[in-house]
Amino acid sequence: MRRDIGSWNRVPAVVHARAWALADRSAALPELADGETGLAYGNGRSYGDVCLNPDGDLFFTRGLDKFIAFDRATGALECEAGVMLSEILDLVAPMGWFPAVTPGTRFVTVGGAIANDVHGKNHHVAGSFGHHVASFELLRSDGSRLVCSPEENANMFAATIGGLGLTGVITTARLQLARIANPFMVVEARRFRSLDEFWDLNARAEREWPYTVSWIDCTAPRGRGLLLCGAHAPAQGPLPAFSERGLAVPLDPPISLINPLSLKAFNFAYFHKPTPRGKTLQHYAPYFYPLDAIREWNRIYGRKGFYQYQCVLPPAAARAGVAEMLAAISASGAGSFLAVLKTFGARPSLGMLSFPRPGATLALDFPNHGEATESLFARLDAIVSKAGGALYPAKDARMSPEMFAASFPRAEEFSRYVDPKFSSGFWRRVHAEEPI
Amino acid sequence: MSKVAIFGANSAIAAAVARRLVARGDSLFLVARNAGKLEALKQDLGVRGAGAVANAVADLNDLAGHEALFDEAEAALGGLDVVLVAHGDLPDQKACEASVEATLAAFQTNALSAISLAAIAANRFEAQRSGVIAVIGSVAGDRGRQSNYVYGASKGFVAIFLEGLRNRLGKADVAVVTIKPGFVDTPMTAAFEKKGLLWAKPDAVAAGIVKAIDRGAAVVYLPGFWRLIMLVIRHIPEFLFKRLSL
Repeated sequence: MRRDIGSWNRVPAVVHARAWALADRSAALPELADGETGLAYGNGRSYGDVCLNPDGDLFFTRGLDKFIAFDRATGALECEAGVMLSEILDLVAPMGWFPAVTPGTRFVTVGGAIANDVHGKNHHVAGSFGHHVASFELLRSDGSRLVCSPEENANMFAATIGGLGLTGVITTARLQLARIANPFMVVEARRFRSLDEFWDLNARAEREWPYTVSWIDCTAPRGRGLLLCGAHAPAQGPLPAFSERGLAVPLDPPISLINPLSLKAFNFAYFHKPTPRGKTLQHYAPYFYPLDAIREWNRIYGRKGFYQYQCVLPPAAARAGVAEMLAAISASGAGSFLAVLKTFGARPSLGMLSFPRPGATLALDFPNHGEATESLFARLDAIVSKAGGALYPAKDARMSPEMFAASFPRAEEFSRYVDPKFSSGFWRRVHAEEPI
Repeated sequence: MSKVAIFGANSAIAAAVARRLVARGDSLFLVARNAGKLEALKQDLGVRGAGAVANAVADLNDLAGHEALFDEAEAALGGLDVVLVAHGDLPDQKACEASVEATLAAFQTNALSAISLAAIAANRFEAQRSGVIAVIGSVAGDRGRQSNYVYGASKGFVAIFLEGLRNRLGKADVAVVTIKPGFVDTPMTAAFEKKGLLWAKPDAVAAGIVKAIDRGAAVVYLPGFWRLIMLVIRHIPEFLFKRLSL
């Protein structure tokens, strides 16, 4: 019995039967008896129960942490699936390469990035993580190993990209990296004082910048915020010195440190923090991964944990939908510590269950206050459903089967590729038919 | 640039040490049992820019093969400066209690094969009047406890042997480093619940090992707070200790 394994937001708290460490990519999977299921678990940075298999087994993949080959001339990288993006960055950034797509933390494994088809601040130009995966090897519970790419085993490739780990264990992957001249970014921050202002500013920024993301102050009635634009810096002479100073949250506070007062204070300070005018140079780490500098930041919400709510709304419904959601949050008095707004580009995702699709995606964090939080989510769900939007499985702990079926139209097709010995808490919740 | 032989190179801690040594330009000779994993490690070190990395596949329980492995390492690297003995097995205590055979097998792997390698390294380094012999023991070797005294005794066996070796080789400018990690989050300990501050990551332990080798330290606890914990545990009087369920 294992009670020590959770996801990043610490909800739900569950028990697993066993955990196995995978450390040899050529080894077979542990044998599971009839009725038992397993699921790959990387670095545990997804939320909710997408990386959990309550009462079942987990296969830890962090032991699969070997690089296999790297071509410095072309940027083709082959590695085991338990390698983290942080380890890739440490290796390749000094050599002039960068992950083509990166999420907001670099402490995710390559396998996890594929299984959740993660996106980054450059979705409007680069698509999602799956677009840059040349191929991967999938190890199934029957012992078979499938090399999957857009050409080879194409259906299994499409099922596994964004497939939430349900199609088997990804053992190795080949990624195409992007060229950079140095580890620095040219960045520009622009304030906006209302959502209307945001949409105009954002449309312009997307034409000019490869990376854009906005932080929104949910405590302000009209939704003010900061639009953060970035681009990899061109080659240039002296670069600023950079060294990363890490902080850590050393213990679990008994109650959440996030409350209406601290929320208002933080958001006020963040909005008004002095930002340099015009374009400045910033190292990639604080630009892409501001929260990585605070180890175990998830602890600030206390033992009860928190929820992340991330949805995407189609372009036609985005303006009205986002405004309606912010109004609902404001009315509930909940407020979100970190609210992030970003528009997705038109590039179709490759995975059957991929989350990214054209429109605007809004991500919100809420402390877990039980009933009160759940009733706010019900109101937000109604807005998302009415708009024809979807929730992000990688952040989800509570989506209903109906909402999943309505927003992931290829789910039935996907279910044919699920490995019979693989399952997750998420899958058992949203998929009506019990696997096995 | 040092010439380093690592026995048990596939262990998570040893692999992390190898990466740190490669990053500063050392040349390595890696010995491990699992050929597939060893090849994967060699590829990994190659991608990380390793210069000379040679390797041999061997089961270190075969003590008769140890001398030949040293010959091979010296031939491949043109001599040896550092030997790191990192292999080991964490036996199931309950299984050992039920089987004398399992108990003795743990001693073969953790104790006899480790002192065989250390003894060979000692004679060679004594003759060349330089070198570092580092062996990974465990805090479990500091006192016998009901929960893992077979593993603990096998590690304690090695610690006393190394103490004697250090006493003998100090005059020959050979350092003998006893490394005592606490709980480390590795595949070897995957079956344990990992809650609390006592668990360390393999890379953090590896950083401590490299530093200890460079300093030629005698006994290092990794992370360092284990020195205090074990000081307390070693000093609990036996009449009390035997009633505890540790």
